[in-house]
Amino acid sequence: MADKKKASSTATDLIVVDGEELTRDEVLDRRSKRRAEAAKNSPTVVVDNLHVHYKVYGGSGATRGSATGALNRIIHRRKHDALRDVHAIRGISFVARRGESIGLIGSNGSGKSTLLRAIAGLLPAEKVGGVYTDGQPSLLGVNAALMNDLSGERNVVLGCLAMGLHPTEIKEKYQSIIDFSGIDEKSPNTSLRPMKTYSAGQAARLRFSIAATKLHDVLLIDEALATGDAGFQRRSENRIRELRRNAGTVFVVSHSINSVRDICDRVIWLEAGLIRMDGDVDEVTEAYEAWSNG
Amino acid sequence: MAYCLANDQARPAAHHLTARGGNRVAGLVSQTSKAMRARRVEVSGTQTVAAGPQRESADPGDVSLPAVDPEFNELGGSGMAAKYSLAVAGARPNPIAYARRLWVARHFIVTWATARNQALYSGSRLGQLWQVLTPILNVGVYYLIFGVLLGTRQGIPDFIVYLVAGVFIFNFMQTAMLYGSRAISDNLNLIRALYFPRASLPIAITIIQLQQLLIAMVILFAVALSQGEAITWHWLLIVPALCLQFVFNTGLALVVARFGAILTDTSQLLPFVLRTWMYASGVFYSIKIMLGKHHVPGPLLWILDHNPPLLFIQVIRNQLITVPATKDPKIAAGNASAMFLPPHAWLWLVFWALVVGIGGYLYFWQGEETYGRG
Repeated sequence: MADKKKASSTATDLIVVDGEELTRDEVLDRRSKRRAEAAKNSPTVVVDNLHVHYKVYGGSGATRGSATGALNRIIHRRKHDALRDVHAIRGISFVARRGESIGLIGSNGSGKSTLLRAIAGLLPAEKVGGVYTDGQPSLLGVNAALMNDLSGERNVVLGCLAMGLHPTEIKEKYQSIIDFSGIDEKSPNTSLRPMKTYSAGQAARLRFSIAATKLHDVLLIDEALATGDAGFQRRSENRIRELRRNAGTVFVVSHSINSVRDICDRVIWLEAGLIRMDGDVDEVTEAYEAWSNG
Repeated sequence: MAYCLANDQARPAAHHLTARGGNRVAGLVSQTSKAMRARRVEVSGTQTVAAGPQRESADPGDVSLPAVDPEFNELGGSGMAAKYSLAVAGARPNPIAYARRLWVARHFIVTWATARNQALYSGSRLGQLWQVLTPILNVGVYYLIFGVLLGTRQGIPDFIVYLVAGVFIFNFMQTAMLYGSRAISDNLNLIRALYFPRASLPIAITIIQLQQLLIAMVILFAVALSQGEAITWHWLLIVPALCLQFVFNTGLALVVARFGAILTDTSQLLPFVLRTWMYASGVFYSIKIMLGKHHVPGPLLWILDHNPPLLFIQVIRNQLITVPATKDPKIAAGNASAMFLPPHAWLWLVFWALVVGIGGYLYFWQGEETYGRG
């Protein structure tokens, strides 16, 4: 394989994965084994010729929301002229299987986040084609359910309930969530303070800990890894690997090519709502970097 | 191995696919071109050819790379879904399965509602005290303007209890509808981030209003006792009446929530509708006494008598207020008008609760897939 030859030039660097020191060759070897195994697993997400349209108000400026503009529309029986149709995903297909960790890359507005939402069932597909999933994929978007006025402690409960955990499960896992987030390490009782008093990093750590509690079959992560300090980032990456080992599928949207390289085996490159490339993480990210620098 | 759609080469050939690395072309084409031909016949060959794999070829044309999966190419998406019994993402379940999902989400609904309710006043200095102060101040204003200045208290036994019950019970419906109409638009972040049955939101909002009503009911009982009303077994009947009203209000909240999701102007229009409804519901006067002086056509009178919020208010007033015995037939007639209940009032309450509750549920359920799209 092409990437093996290239890899041997950097084989002297040791890479730490899950506490093990591995050479680059070993990392690549394990990855290709994982991918070969995953290819035999059952599918968790099948995306079949998916199209997603958004209807957007606004955009065409001046008359939007103004009284004369609205009156004008009513008198002339026109539709909202600022109502635009955005064709965000324009017919894409792929299959994701158990044990895969898939990065989604592409420039801004290429449809990455929209694709995640469609997989999560938050934006049901148009009449043709569709998204088929095993179980309910979960977007790591628990922060939307949290309330800044509440203490971290109560937000843990609220966030876990929002993800569909049962109260007894939450009682069992509560301490491990707080421990994983590490917010009580430096100053005890941080978890009892309202979340609005947290630093951006503390809040992000707590959010990730809550979100990563449940072992989802399909976990969708949107730009959540660029938060927290280096130590916490490593912990969250390990958590994602653990999830993958438990035969789940992980999707990661990120602009940080490095974190995609660290976590993902496979990468799908989206551009303008279409898949441009789909395959091994090194090959795709290299092509993407060449393209975006070129 | 990677599969790539190199548009700079693919476009001139229109229906032809090729990979960037020349050595991979053969395998890719054999694997995917069949699917390409079958599924993407509309590919345009007329677009201008990009010069090379540089920045200007940002638009990859109208071709997406087909799925790189032999099984997919063989079975297709629905075939694979059938083989592995995959579900369509975000598909709307039938009403019964939907109710089951709501039941599973019950802990979330209640916790979210409670948290919301507590966070509501966290910015103000008096905090949770406002939960008690708001209804008291409301009643104070109405008492002053309607009861004293406009003199609507005349002919009504125990006007303060009469007024407090009217204000609190109507307010329950009013706020459930007002906040319900914004249930979707105020929580778009939540809807776009997490999957849960969307009816959770209007239901949770009605629960918030129920929690506030329960505090208001404590005030109502205190007022009734201070006005010399005795505690009777009738007070217990308030519980089923409020349960029915909760179902009724939830139905209304579900209806306006879908309205509000379709047309965001709903929440601007709704206050006027609700104010009109309030005046028609005898919140701070007796409709019967007011209408006594005028001739009202029969059907209109029937509608006014069976107006659901008025029914709820009158049923609860009747449990709380003991009409004093009097020998004066004029006063007795006035008291009877003030406390008037149409025949089968309880059956009507059940009827309204079921019709509006189930109707609202089904109406909201129909739009389940549309919430959060716009």
